[in-house]
Amino acid sequence: MIFPTTPSQTVGPFFAIGLPWPEGPYAVPPGTPGAIRIRGTIYDGAGTPIPDHLIETWQADPDGRFCDLHGYGGGSELPGFRGFARHGVEDGDGTYEIVTVKPGRVPEPGGRLQAPHIDVSVFARGMLNRVVTRIYFADEEQANAEDPVLARVAADRRHTLLATPEEGGYRFDIRIQAPPGSPGLETVFFDL
Amino acid sequence: MTEQSTETIYDPIVDTPGNYLREEPGAQPSLDYPPYKSTQLRHPKQPLVYLPHTITEVTGPVLGEALAVTPQDADLTAQHSGEPIGERIIVFGRVFDTEGKPLRNTLVEIWQANAAGRYLHRWDRWPAPLDPNFSGAGRCVTDDQGRYRFTTIKPGPYPWGNHYNAWRPAHIHFSLMGRAFAQRLVTQMYFPGDPFFPYDPIFNSVRDEAARQRMVSRFSIHDTRPNWAHAYEFDIYLRGPAATPFEEAH
Repeated sequence: MIFPTTPSQTVGPFFAIGLPWPEGPYAVPPGTPGAIRIRGTIYDGAGTPIPDHLIETWQADPDGRFCDLHGYGGGSELPGFRGFARHGVEDGDGTYEIVTVKPGRVPEPGGRLQAPHIDVSVFARGMLNRVVTRIYFADEEQANAEDPVLARVAADRRHTLLATPEEGGYRFDIRIQAPPGSPGLETVFFDL
Repeated sequence: MTEQSTETIYDPIVDTPGNYLREEPGAQPSLDYPPYKSTQLRHPKQPLVYLPHTITEVTGPVLGEALAVTPQDADLTAQHSGEPIGERIIVFGRVFDTEGKPLRNTLVEIWQANAAGRYLHRWDRWPAPLDPNFSGAGRCVTDDQGRYRFTTIKPGPYPWGNHYNAWRPAHIHFSLMGRAFAQRLVTQMYFPGDPFFPYDPIFNSVRDEAARQRMVSRFSIHDTRPNWAHAYEFDIYLRGPAATPFEEAH
């Protein structure tokens, strides 16, 4: 017997009373060797930064291991590695920032290696469900060229999934909806 | 205790699905739903790209320890020096996957308005009183049977600006982590028989009547505690495995 799922509803305008917590944006403890900052701005279809958003990320450690219930690959050995970050703001300027380490490569079900990537969920008032995207890294050209998920994305839209290096880490902006006249700028979202 | 059960509990390693069920069209609300006006600029217009479920999607964080969840976090009536005003209620249920297997050790987070329908949030400025004894946020981790339980105050309905005379039905926000990135769910729990149901575009964004009813809790006299609190039961179903190894052909 298969039971039907419970439907999603919007996170609403007031999630900040329940969901963010002070260490939430840290997928690794502060001071972890190799820690990077990933930051960006989340825009709506008018090109306006979304001041009330919740973003969550999930990823492997640099050795391609997770800190999850299942302990894949023996589980991450990076001290304090959580692999999950949550950043939520109630009246921000549309920007987010998380602290993490660059993930290693993990396989897809067929056994091929994927390029380093971070799964992302974005929630907000006005969104009846989350949207899901992935952060890839612009300085991983070789791995990106072999990635089986990126291969499913139209070549002229792949750039929306690439975080670009900057001082201290990477920048990854998210456009929930393309600005008028520029459909190619809309971030690629996935059917999960 | 009638639930010391023979039902299957997941073994975290053996039973890790390689692949989660893809939901049927209509099971979830559309991100583009014009009656809820704020969706207009906040939905993707380009088609979604199919994402195969890889190890990143079938794993997920374990957050109970990171958040240092304590039993007090599940009692929203005991977070201040005094008791909050309103109808004291117990909200309880179980978290399952679509195979009916309970999800244990998974984080359940809730937040809500107070009995007057006011959130303790600086953007919420409508003229209903704040309650100095109510913050409106709680969390707990499910037990070995997938059970969760909160004590709180029944939230009031409140007005919002979507259309003329718009009111949200009373609701409690729920956040579920599940065991995998693919199972993540944020939803709202409603109360049976709410008169605002027909007029609320968020509730009605779920177009299927049976699916909508899965967001409505059930009053339980059985779990109502005499001279203390009445009870509402709300079971939550997250996506389950796409197939089991022993599934029969049909």
